[in-house]
Amino acid sequence: MQGEKTPYWLMTQKMMPQRPIVKNALWAFFVGGAISTVGQGVLWFFMRHGMTAKEASSPTAVVMIGLGALFTGLGWYDRLVKRAGMGASLPITGFANAMVAPAMEYKAEGLVMGIGARLFTIAGPVLVYGMAAAFVVGAARYLITGVA
Amino acid sequence: MTFLWAFLVGGLLCLLAQLVMDFTRMTPGQVLVLFVVVGALAGGVGLYGKLVQFAGAGASVPLPGFGYTMVEGIGQAVRHKGALGLLTGGLTAASGGIKSAVLFGLLASLIFKPKA
Amino acid sequence: MSVKQCGAATYAVSGVYIQSTASVVGPKEGHGPFRGQFDRVWEDEGSHAASFEKAEQQLLAEAYAIALQKGGLRWEDIQLVIGGDLLDQVITTNFVARSHGRPLAGIFAACATFTEGLGLGALLVGGADVGTVMVSAVSHHATAERQFRFPLELGYQRTPTSAWTATAAGAVVLSQAAAPLAVESVTFGRVVDLGGKDPNDMGSAMAPAAYDTIMQHLKDMGQELRDFDAIYTGDLGHFGLTMLKAYGERQGTPFGAELHDCGRELYDRDRQDTHNGGSGPGCSASVFSGPLTRKLMAGEWHRLLLVATGALYSPTTYQQGETIPCIAHAIQISRGRAHA
Repeated sequence: MQGEKTPYWLMTQKMMPQRPIVKNALWAFFVGGAISTVGQGVLWFFMRHGMTAKEASSPTAVVMIGLGALFTGLGWYDRLVKRAGMGASLPITGFANAMVAPAMEYKAEGLVMGIGARLFTIAGPVLVYGMAAAFVVGAARYLITGVA
Repeated sequence: MTFLWAFLVGGLLCLLAQLVMDFTRMTPGQVLVLFVVVGALAGGVGLYGKLVQFAGAGASVPLPGFGYTMVEGIGQAVRHKGALGLLTGGLTAASGGIKSAVLFGLLASLIFKPKA
Repeated sequence: MSVKQCGAATYAVSGVYIQSTASVVGPKEGHGPFRGQFDRVWEDEGSHAASFEKAEQQLLAEAYAIALQKGGLRWEDIQLVIGGDLLDQVITTNFVARSHGRPLAGIFAACATFTEGLGLGALLVGGADVGTVMVSAVSHHATAERQFRFPLELGYQRTPTSAWTATAAGAVVLSQAAAPLAVESVTFGRVVDLGGKDPNDMGSAMAPAAYDTIMQHLKDMGQELRDFDAIYTGDLGHFGLTMLKAYGERQGTPFGAELHDCGRELYDRDRQDTHNGGSGPGCSASVFSGPLTRKLMAGEWHRLLLVATGALYSPTTYQQGETIPCIAHAIQISRGRAHA
């Protein structure tokens, strides 16, 4: 009776309502593009004040993360993601949403294990694998080229 | 012109992530991890750097830009400090983003209450 | 009053009556297709409370109070409380019991908790001479979301098959004192697992369990589908009910117009953005205690089979890749002809 590929399970997969893939993709494209354009505006602002594109990218990230945290706190960001999916989750504002949302939610569990620990519920894995991948890539380049 | 490219490239990266999520049924967290790793790899072979030059925030604001930033940071640190840079470079480059995410996150969760 | 075992899993009871029912629901549930058929509708999800866990407790406490008041009873008249909820360690039901101080049997069968409680209560009232039993089930959207899925403010897209945990509580007083609605029989389900493992598609995972229990009930009681005016499953939702019909067809029992689902009817899918429909122990509990009881009392139906369905998984088991074991318990309720 148990096991994964039962006839019933196969029937379920066949009859399952489809995700609205085209609609989701269009939403993701336009919202993701719009957030990136806002980011470009912030970048442009810092560059006009005498930074190079490289120097401006860090303060741009800070501003975008601040906006993401603010809109999450106001309860707007989850509504955006509901429609736009990855269009709102993939930009760095979505990273802020992923940190603030669980922390807010578990506030009642206290400052340490509530907010403190939960900030990294979703951001933690992203940081861990981002750091690991960057290290491996950097080390490989270093070994191959000698200069990274 | 960069604004248009930022829109298009940022939008396309998000569209790609959405398609990955819908077709593979990965969870959002898994997709984010995947794209950070892809960003680091693409940064390592020099592809992502070109994309950033050309599309600005369209490439740096989406999460693969985060992986790329760390790889770039490692490169720079290795040039200055040698092998130790492999350990220090990534976080140095990403420190602005990470620290502000922690601080803003802490602040927002202290101020706001979740809504149903 | 008596209890008699019929067949493998069914007990026919007599002399067990529904003294009163109470339903308290959140705003989304109260403004859905069943608008105006619940005893009380909250204006919001309980943001006045210090936490949503506390709001859920208040939801249950209010349902108890209304059930007592409608039955003209006081807490001292209740010999035993049988109830459950979705939260770890059944905290809602257990914590509310601090204030009512009556003997408590806390139970868990996920979203099938309500009919499990009604079944146990009916056996005790009918067979063990326990005079009056309070049965309850409750759930809250915000507390269940964060235990089983994601935090509220974290943006994510729901898939078409994902369920919406209802903010709702239902309470029923069973007693030996004659009343219009009687419990006639109870079938306890067995765990069925046909390999579904997607927590965003519990409806199709639970459908075979519902089928198993319905068939067991019909066999044990020597009944047919047409002996019922309505058969209500708990929270299979849109896709789950479709799968139950398809599964029935394949197994040789095509269901007809008598088959419904509480979760599917609790919300207006297009207007309320609830995807597969309502779920949670409070879903079937409040729909039975409100709308379904009204239909029975109004004489629109004579006999109802309520089959609440439960997905018995935890966040730990699905993260470990386990399939979802499911269960369904059935309870047959009728409006006595003597009182019609």
